[in-house]
Amino acid sequence: MLPAAQQTALDERLHALAEPSDGGWLGQARSAAKERLLAIGLPTRRDEYWRYTNPRALTQPVPDVSGAGADLTVFDAANAIVIEVAGDVITLPDSLPHGLEVSTLRQAAEADIHWVRDYYATLEAKGSSPVQRPLAALNSAYATDGILLRATGAVDEPVLIRNTQEGDPILHHVIKVEGGASLTVLEVGAPGARSNQVTEVEIADAAALHHIRIQGPEADRHDATHLFARLGAESVLKSFTLSANGKLARNEAVIELTGDDASATVAGAAFGRGAFHHDDTVFVTHDAENCESRQVFKKVLRDGATGVFQGKILVKEGAQKTDGYQISQSLLLDDDSVFLAKPELEIYADDVACSHGSTTGAIDETALFYLRSRGVPHREATDLLVLSFLAEALEEIEDEDLRETVSDLMADWLSRA
Amino acid sequence: MLKIENLHVKLEEEDKRILKGIDLTVPAGEVHAIMGPNGSGKSTLSYVLSGRDGYEVTEGSAHLSDDDLLEMEPEERAAAGLFLAFQYPVEIPGVGNMTFLRTAVNAQRKARGEEELSAGDFLKEVRAKAKDLKIDADMLKRPVNVGFSGGEKKRNEILQMAMLEPKMCILDETDSGLDVDAMKLVSDGVNALRSEGRGFLVITHYQRLLDHIKPDVVHIMADGRIVKSGGPELALEVEQNGYADILNEVA
Repeated sequence: MLPAAQQTALDERLHALAEPSDGGWLGQARSAAKERLLAIGLPTRRDEYWRYTNPRALTQPVPDVSGAGADLTVFDAANAIVIEVAGDVITLPDSLPHGLEVSTLRQAAEADIHWVRDYYATLEAKGSSPVQRPLAALNSAYATDGILLRATGAVDEPVLIRNTQEGDPILHHVIKVEGGASLTVLEVGAPGARSNQVTEVEIADAAALHHIRIQGPEADRHDATHLFARLGAESVLKSFTLSANGKLARNEAVIELTGDDASATVAGAAFGRGAFHHDDTVFVTHDAENCESRQVFKKVLRDGATGVFQGKILVKEGAQKTDGYQISQSLLLDDDSVFLAKPELEIYADDVACSHGSTTGAIDETALFYLRSRGVPHREATDLLVLSFLAEALEEIEDEDLRETVSDLMADWLSRA
Repeated sequence: MLKIENLHVKLEEEDKRILKGIDLTVPAGEVHAIMGPNGSGKSTLSYVLSGRDGYEVTEGSAHLSDDDLLEMEPEERAAAGLFLAFQYPVEIPGVGNMTFLRTAVNAQRKARGEEELSAGDFLKEVRAKAKDLKIDADMLKRPVNVGFSGGEKKRNEILQMAMLEPKMCILDETDSGLDVDAMKLVSDGVNALRSEGRGFLVITHYQRLLDHIKPDVVHIMADGRIVKSGGPELALEVEQNGYADILNEVA
């Protein structure tokens, strides 16, 4: 039994949603997810991982932001396979390269046989224990649609998911990278003024997924995202998120390294001002030998903005030779802004190297003077130092061209912020 | 060109007087050296002239041509033609040396109402000037001063000076941390920039830099004042006898 207030909040939220009518495998998956949701209710400030972020804007029945379209042109030069998402309307590309299958959740629901049946909501369910992730359960139960990507070989062109803001969508993407295959997925824009997005990722042995996500710079936006990833032996995941402005972003990543010699990186660079509240919550589980994981998060906050980082590395028994790294840093441009960090290590193996660090600081006055003494005005000099601060997170983007594209975008946003 | 009159400076945060009435004029085309023992106020003078926070001018003035330096922001002083080569150049990770240089050059041009340099013209110029200072393409690409040796950092300062073409250059202990070869390279770079329209103020603790950069006038500074001025021979006197003799003599 939920407490009365929480029950009411849940009832009101569900009442605002259209009840899905799917039968078959999707109907079953939705029912199971809904059952989990009904048992735990929506998140509240009392939940251990919601102490620093008020979930209200993400859980209330109707969003109180309207949103405005973002610039979606950033990856136009990347020669990408484009998937358009406008709210919950998904438009797939006409032609696909060899080694890539693309469909939608709607299509899969009507198909008798589809690979996604074995994956939908399974990683989400697994990643929601022992820590509950009610927004993800709600997503699995009520997702209106989603993009399903399956790579069976090395796909050279990146897949670009271009989100045009519309409404209050709940999207559930599933990505499967088969053994030895590789894929790059780029995301720009937010699907809605408020959005709830889950991405489940299965990376088989010796496969690789590179993921770059651009959130912003719309002023008015509430995002809840979950990335659930499971990595096989010798596989690679690199996920990077650039966030700017917006009102509330909660980006959760739940990563499980299940095969030996796998490597996972989750990184983010965020900057915002005023009402901006940006929360990265990351859980990495090492459940195999000789795996590497990196969490690299940098936030630049001004005019009272808030940054949150909750990062955990769990090393299970037998996950020897684990190399776990975690760093979260904030640059506060004034006294009103706040950074809250909660690093956690939980280690049950005896031959591991795990390190974590967290720092909060102001602009380096000596560096600022150095730049100004060369004629760079105060404002531009500050921007350069902000870029300098965020650069370490950008280093986690492997592809040099894409890294430069993101870096240029960041500089452009800063100069106009 | 540079005219400092009766300049008194104290630390902003505490009641400590550092400069106690500096009078100094550096005409265009001349190289003046300031020598003095540690703690005499040499570096403070360079910081106050270039506008670093933390100092309070209690009396006096400093002008660059007709510009009242003490009324200007650091970037305005730079655009007006003042350049300070730092004793400890600052490392800026994540910002390419070239990006930094171009930002600085164009910011100054913009402040002066000149047109910005095109990417092509800038590149041509920076490559030519870097070559003279034996700065390779890799050093231009790397983040500002990150991982540079002491000599590389100082050469990088001179490259900035060459690109920014200031009217008045202040070199703060540019010889510190340099071996003989690096000192020669840096000095050659400075000497190449000597011209009729440009003044230099070379701050140094030792005479050896002045073997390479020949000054027109040498000033000895002690306890916040210039206690003696003379020709290049004054530097040699310091080299042979230390500061004690001169300080005793003026005491």
